[in-house]
Amino acid sequence: MTITDKVNAAANDPAHQGRIPLVSQVNAINWNRIQDEKDVEVWNRLVNNFWLPEKVPLSNDVQSWNTLTPEEQQLTMRVFTGLTLLDTIQGTVGAVSLIPDAITPHEEAVYTNIAFMESVHAKSYSSIFSTLASTPEIDDAFRWSVENPNLQKKAEIVMNYYRGDDPLKRKVASTLLESFLFYSGFYLPMYWSSRAKLTNTADLIRLIIRDEAVHGYYIGYKFQKGLEKETEERRQEIKDYTFNLLFELYDNEVQYTQDLYDQVGLTEDVKKFLHYNANKALMNLGYEPMFPKTVTDVSPAILSALSPNADENHDFFSGSGSSYVIGKAVNTEDEDWDF
Amino acid sequence: MTKLIYFSSISGNTHRFVQKLGVEATRIPLYARDPAITAEEPFVLLTPTYGGGGEGGAVPKQVIRFLNDANNRNLIRGVIAAGNTNFGEAYGIAGDIISSKCKVPTLYKFEVFGTPDDVSVVHDGLESFWQTH
Repeated sequence: MTITDKVNAAANDPAHQGRIPLVSQVNAINWNRIQDEKDVEVWNRLVNNFWLPEKVPLSNDVQSWNTLTPEEQQLTMRVFTGLTLLDTIQGTVGAVSLIPDAITPHEEAVYTNIAFMESVHAKSYSSIFSTLASTPEIDDAFRWSVENPNLQKKAEIVMNYYRGDDPLKRKVASTLLESFLFYSGFYLPMYWSSRAKLTNTADLIRLIIRDEAVHGYYIGYKFQKGLEKETEERRQEIKDYTFNLLFELYDNEVQYTQDLYDQVGLTEDVKKFLHYNANKALMNLGYEPMFPKTVTDVSPAILSALSPNADENHDFFSGSGSSYVIGKAVNTEDEDWDF
Repeated sequence: MTKLIYFSSISGNTHRFVQKLGVEATRIPLYARDPAITAEEPFVLLTPTYGGGGEGGAVPKQVIRFLNDANNRNLIRGVIAAGNTNFGEAYGIAGDIISSKCKVPTLYKFEVFGTPDDVSVVHDGLESFWQTH
C-alpha cells in the first residue's frame, strides 16, 4: 500500500531541496593530535549533556494538559511543530552543511554530533505530541506548520543561506537559528512552567535549550576564528550581512509571534524574549548586543522558569552588601576541586 | 599585581569583558607550561563557567590550579562569573562553587562577554567594593 502524505513526503524534507556539498577528502581522524582544544572541550560537553526524550516522564503532564483550553492546546501544538521544523532543518541541513567548511577533522565530528542531537530534538516533540494529543490534532498541527506563511518564510530564509556558497554566512545563519529563531517557541513551555503547567514537558525543553546554547556558542566561535583570517573589507561585508539577516529574520519573527501569541495576549513579552536572545546570538558571533535593556526586560517568571537561579540576586553590587561574612578559606587539596 | 584576576579560554569572551571594563587585570595562564601567577594583594576573581550542569567541570582547571595555592585563596575577596542562562540552575555556577569553597560572595553574573550595562555595573561596583574591603 502506498501512503501519500504530502506533509511528510521525503521530497519535502529540507535535505531534498538542493544539494549539500560533501567534504572532498577525508583522512582518518586522530583524536590524539588536536589543533583546536575547543573541539575536544565541546565534544565532551555535548557527550556529557546527551539525553533522550524517553528519560523525561512526559505522561505526568496528561492531567495538566487537560486543564488547558482548546485554544491553548492548539497554540502549544503549533509552537511545537514550528520548533520541530527548525530542528529538522538544523539536523538534516544546517549542521551538515557546516562540515565541508570545517577547519579541523574534530570540528567535522562535532557537527555530526550537533546534527544528531537536532534530530533527537525534532523527535522529542513527537514524543510530546503522542503523549498529549490525538492523531487528528497532531496531523492538524503539522498541516498548520506547512501552511503558516511566516513559519515557512523563516525556514526559507535560513535554507537559502545554507544553500549559498559562503561558509561564514552559513555559520551566521546557523548561529542565528540556534541562538535566536528557536526562542519565540521556547517561550511558551517556559510560560506554562511558570504557571505550574506541563512541567515535565518544560524539563524536556530545558534540555533542548541547554544543547542549543552549546551549539550557538561553538558555531559562533568557529565563525569568529574564520573571520579573523579575512580582510577588513570582507569583515565589514560579513558584519553588514549579519545585521541585515538579523533584521530580516526579526521582522518575520515578530509577525510569526503575533500569529501565535496575539490570541493569548503574550506577544509583547515574547518580543522582549526575542530581543534578549537576539543579543546573545550577536554576542555568540562576537558582535556587540543591539537591543537596549529597556526592551530586553523579560518577565521575571519566564527568566526564573528558564534559569531557577536567575531570580536570586546576582548583583551584589546593587544590593545592600552587608549581609555576608568573609570566612577564612579552608585548605584545599586537588581532589577537593574534583567537582 | 592587580586587584582583578581573571581566566579566559581561547574563545576570549571573558577577556573581552575585562577589556571593556578598562581596568588593570591579570590573566591566569591558559597552559600548564606557562608560569603560574601568584596574588600579592586582595583581589576579585572573574571566571567563565564550563559544562552545562550536573556533570562537573564547571570551574576551569586553570582556575582550580590557581586556587589550589593557599596564598591565592587567602587573598580572594569575591568572585564574578560568566555563564549562560540557557544552562538553567547551572547558570554561572562556577561563581557559586568558588564562593562556597572560599567563603567569599558571588558579586555578579553575566552572559557571554556582557552587555554595556553589565560592564558599567561591574566597573562601578568594583570601585565601591574596594573602598570597603
